[in-house]
Amino acid sequence: MKVALFVPCYIDQFYPNVGIATYQLLKKLGCDVAFPLNQTCCGQPMANSGFSATTTGCDKNFVENFKGFDYIVAPSGSCVLHIKDHLKDEQNPEEAKKIRNSIYELTEFLVDILKVTNLESTFPHRVGMHISCHGQRGLHLSSMTETMDKPFSKPEQLLMQVKGLQLLTPERPDECCGFGGTFCVFEEAVSVKMGKDRVKEHEANDVEYITAGDVSCLMHLEGILKRQNSRVKTIHIAEILNHTV
Amino acid sequence: MENLKNHATAAEEFIKDEPRTDWHDETLWFVRQKRDLAAHTLPEWEELREWGSQIKNHTLSNLDEYLENFETNAQANGIKIHWAKDAEEHNQIIHKIITDNKFEKIVKSKSMLTEECHLNEFLIQKGIAVVDTDLGERIVQFRNEAPSHIVLPAIHLKKQDVSETFHKHLNTEKGNNDPQYLTEAARQHLRNHFVESELAITGVNFAVAETGGFVVCTNEGNADMGVNTAKIHIACMGMEKIIPKAEHLAVFLRLLTRSATGQPITTYSSHFNKPRPGQEMHIVIVDNGRSRQLGRADFRNSLKCIRCAACFNTCPVYRRSGGHSYHTAVAGPIGSILSPNLDMRANADLPFASTLCGSCSNVCPVKIDIHEQLWKWRQVLVNEGYVTTTKKIGMGGMAMVFAHPRLYRLLGSIGRKTIKWFPFFVNNKLNPWYKQRDMPEAPKESFRDWFKKQQK
Repeated sequence: MKVALFVPCYIDQFYPNVGIATYQLLKKLGCDVAFPLNQTCCGQPMANSGFSATTTGCDKNFVENFKGFDYIVAPSGSCVLHIKDHLKDEQNPEEAKKIRNSIYELTEFLVDILKVTNLESTFPHRVGMHISCHGQRGLHLSSMTETMDKPFSKPEQLLMQVKGLQLLTPERPDECCGFGGTFCVFEEAVSVKMGKDRVKEHEANDVEYITAGDVSCLMHLEGILKRQNSRVKTIHIAEILNHTV
Repeated sequence: MENLKNHATAAEEFIKDEPRTDWHDETLWFVRQKRDLAAHTLPEWEELREWGSQIKNHTLSNLDEYLENFETNAQANGIKIHWAKDAEEHNQIIHKIITDNKFEKIVKSKSMLTEECHLNEFLIQKGIAVVDTDLGERIVQFRNEAPSHIVLPAIHLKKQDVSETFHKHLNTEKGNNDPQYLTEAARQHLRNHFVESELAITGVNFAVAETGGFVVCTNEGNADMGVNTAKIHIACMGMEKIIPKAEHLAVFLRLLTRSATGQPITTYSSHFNKPRPGQEMHIVIVDNGRSRQLGRADFRNSLKCIRCAACFNTCPVYRRSGGHSYHTAVAGPIGSILSPNLDMRANADLPFASTLCGSCSNVCPVKIDIHEQLWKWRQVLVNEGYVTTTKKIGMGGMAMVFAHPRLYRLLGSIGRKTIKWFPFFVNNKLNPWYKQRDMPEAPKESFRDWFKKQQK
């Protein structure tokens, strides 16, 4: 199975360990993993700010890098959702369409395509689950408190397989953390307040780590935790799933 | 081109009082939870939403026909129909009825349309006072404030604030914060106005095309109290309030209050079909930009809104920034997709007052894709030039970098080294991220660097 790994720009630059964990995990699970070297960004930061008209070059580069693979996998629900909803390439419309339909968020890929039921990982810690909105409400990785779906969660289904891990749910299980792309700087006050409120609920559960499927949420929460000198750390779900003693 | 006080600035001021922000957030979250409970008790909830959505879609596609049906049937019932193309005409029509009849005692129950048209301010300038009879609206009217929420107009106020306001305006005991005492004072005060009222103005929740009648929903019964004694009843409605048949009320009345407050139905759902003997009944049907919105393919279905405010209560941004930060009659997520249609320049900040988390679309009883429309409004606003030059240059620069992989790698490496070696370049007051958050630590190598080493 030929899988292309998409490591979103800010993960590549600031959180390489998340990319490494994703790569190693996919290899461990038997995938033939390629990393197209000229990949950059999905285009979301511009598009969500109203500048989708400027992403033509970025989109073209994405299609160039990721055409011809069976699957494309990324450790980020938000970037995957953006590609699924908005990737276009006028010169290569068929390739763009194929990519939109074959890109997967990591946990979705592990559950739905690889059908992983028995992970060989260990992480003996108290872990709080942060549900990222785009993964949840956009990609339907888990049920939502607003709708009447039967409860399910692809990320949790995987975390339950990790030995020693104790999973804790915050009081408001699927409230947004407030990152929101450029929202985090243009609406700084609300963004930080939302993040502080998330952190507070996780701290009330006495967790050691907050995990999520999106590094962007975690980067925002980490910034707040560090500023508050909290003991709580953030860790991406790929790092937990790839963790062995 | 930002407003003097845009959403972000007003929200920052709101949040300065953190305990109060927490209280505001928790109060509205409690309402959201009541909505969840009510929705979860109906096995057919999602089906009801779908029906509500389809009926409204159908109505919007045949709006001209249903409006004419409604007019004909209402007129046959003895109701006078007025058409207003904008807020100004709406206000003029009402003003004329008032002056023709030399009315002085005017009561008004809640109508977001009259807020949208700034009717009270218009009439005050003509020397005419209107008494708002919804308790929350009366409180904010005393304080010379706008409602901060379309269902709970005074939700930004605590009982202590109400006590002070009533002490000042109704001469209640200073420092008496007992809600029952305060409500009783409001009752006595409003009762006199009800008894004396010559003109009662109400809103309209649903106007039924096949009957020519309309329904007004309140929890306080204040709309009914007002119209029962008044010589004239004027009902003001946006033209999207039409539903085709009376039987459709069985869908909307079940959705409305469950979504709004978690109640199965409003305490009073009053059906008005014709004037009582000796009374005149008028309906003002208002466009005020609605035709324009109907013509915008991406935004037309925002007109399905039944004003339940479920999207307000669920919105993590609204709960932490308060209704006034939206500087429009209708705040919250729905306001942010309706208001740019009314004035793009003045409301260009609102579609950005969201993280696009999508919770609003999930709770919407008529399935408006609110968060997707927020995203689409952002594109429209940028294309139309309602964006700061700094943002334009910044985004253009980013787009260029991401289109050129080598440039991206070079700048990524410079960026990481800057954070590592010259942290004061980013850890300073000019960086809004750093104000209340630490920057991520810069790793020595990117994922790509690591990956290339593996391949050797």
